[in-house]
Amino acid sequence: MRQLSLPLGILLAASLAALALSVSVGSANVAAGELWAVLRGGGEALSRTLVLELRVPRSLSAFAVGGLLAVAGALMQVLLRNPLADPYVLGLSGGASVGALAAMLGGMGGMVISGSAFGGALLSTLLVFGLAHGTGSWTPSRLLLTGVVVAAGWGAVITLMLAISPAERLPGMLYWLMGDLSYARTPWPPMTLLMAVCLLVIPLGRSLNVLARGPLQAAALGVSVRPLEWLIYIAASLLTAMAVTTAGSIGFVGLVVPHMLRLMLGNDQRLILPACALAGGTLLVLADTLARTMIAPEQLPVGVITALLGVPTFLYLLYRSR
Amino acid sequence: MSRLEARKLVIDVPGRADGQPLDISLEPGQVWGVLGPNGAGKTTLLHTLAGLRAARDGQVSLDDRPLSRLGRREIAQSLGLVFQDSQDGFPATVRETALIGRHPFLSPWQMERGEDLRLAEAALARLDVAHLADRLVNTLSGGERQRLAIATVLTQGPKIWLADEPTNHLDLHHQTAVMALLAEQAASGHAVMMCLHDLNLAARWCDHLLLLYPGGEACWGPRETMLVPSALERLYDQPLATAEIDGSPVFVPAR
Repeated sequence: MRQLSLPLGILLAASLAALALSVSVGSANVAAGELWAVLRGGGEALSRTLVLELRVPRSLSAFAVGGLLAVAGALMQVLLRNPLADPYVLGLSGGASVGALAAMLGGMGGMVISGSAFGGALLSTLLVFGLAHGTGSWTPSRLLLTGVVVAAGWGAVITLMLAISPAERLPGMLYWLMGDLSYARTPWPPMTLLMAVCLLVIPLGRSLNVLARGPLQAAALGVSVRPLEWLIYIAASLLTAMAVTTAGSIGFVGLVVPHMLRLMLGNDQRLILPACALAGGTLLVLADTLARTMIAPEQLPVGVITALLGVPTFLYLLYRSR
Repeated sequence: MSRLEARKLVIDVPGRADGQPLDISLEPGQVWGVLGPNGAGKTTLLHTLAGLRAARDGQVSLDDRPLSRLGRREIAQSLGLVFQDSQDGFPATVRETALIGRHPFLSPWQMERGEDLRLAEAALARLDVAHLADRLVNTLSGGERQRLAIATVLTQGPKIWLADEPTNHLDLHHQTAVMALLAEQAASGHAVMMCLHDLNLAARWCDHLLLLYPGGEACWGPRETMLVPSALERLYDQPLATAEIDGSPVFVPAR
């Protein structure tokens, strides 16, 4: 429990290494010396453009999105006290996808797609929460069921939209649905949100530990349960909406990264939440690097890579855990 | 020293008439036993006294201040609750679980210190579960979990103990050990109220009794005035045979 700095230090080093790798490799590789020169403000003009204008924004976006998804997943798992919860479990990505696909179907471009996705995500959040709240107070199982059913509804709408959309728009839509970082322009909105939320949840960490043991136990130990649950719900929704808006719906990171870290580091949220931000970010940076280099110059949807990397790793950890 | 007072309290048992409002004062040094058949509202009463459930009517106050005006954290600094059964959330070790008893006393930015760890270790040792400190809670037996739940509240160190069937799942030796612990808490100036199903534990260890009838009727008072066989037989709708051992009455169900 006192060992916070060692695992976080290792994860931070891994994050920096992943980012460095990600900005050096691609259609044209940049050597380590050249990369160092560019980052210090020197280097050749071509490398400068390649690294600073193309790769750094994309890598940082990938990092931020991965971190947001992993933190949102960890928060949802505590809120719903259900290990299967992920950032999308409450239908948020479905709402965002419908928003984004509608904009694409209408032939709109970058910013409109993002805005529409964000709107869809928020609409879905409000819808699920309003319905789960109903006439009484909500319980985690009711919230979960409402979310799952609303997500299924969005799924049907998405299939319908894909079925009626013209063939030339389909690849873009499918890529968006599987997660695609090539739309990401500036990394700062998701990055800022990630850092802000990490700072916010550090003082809440111990309360979250207590909440994970059930609302009555938490209340008996001095936690104001309802306000805390609201805060988690709003924070997790906001994080997910931002992630989906930046990079489409990337599955798996939000489910698997928190569990992987719990299996390795135990269950103290004060450690798990910042560790999720770093590990989720690292995973997505690596996945995105693979996605754009494996069959370069073609790109793969990054969601496929996260699943292909994550599934065996997770199953291995689960298999050898006690 | 703290006292918990219920004034004209009507607990909210769904679908039941109001019944007898409770006027109870839980004073330092007292050990109260709450007796009643299944569904009489014993757990509801404890949760209402802890401020976890709204009352239908009346008021609960902690040191003359209404619970409704106190924050959860402030309540948790004086009042601890042993639940009837604990939920399994995510896996946690026995030591971590006992340590959350310190939660009400730590500021958001504070990590647990050596002192908190020492309190938790002492509580685990007192409840005879120290040897399990590194085990995961979901690998424990029912009785071990129950002792851990009590150790968590002991780590919290409340002035008022509310315990919901604290001897649940416990073997005879540990039943006695837990009752002795609660009696010791009362002797050191704390107040204890517990729900019990075992009349003989109540007769042996409690100095005040509250009988809750299924229809909402209730009576309470010092042990001597409450341990009337006819009243107890009516309470449980069960004929009893009474004996006396070492000066205390012993009740066994008669056929």
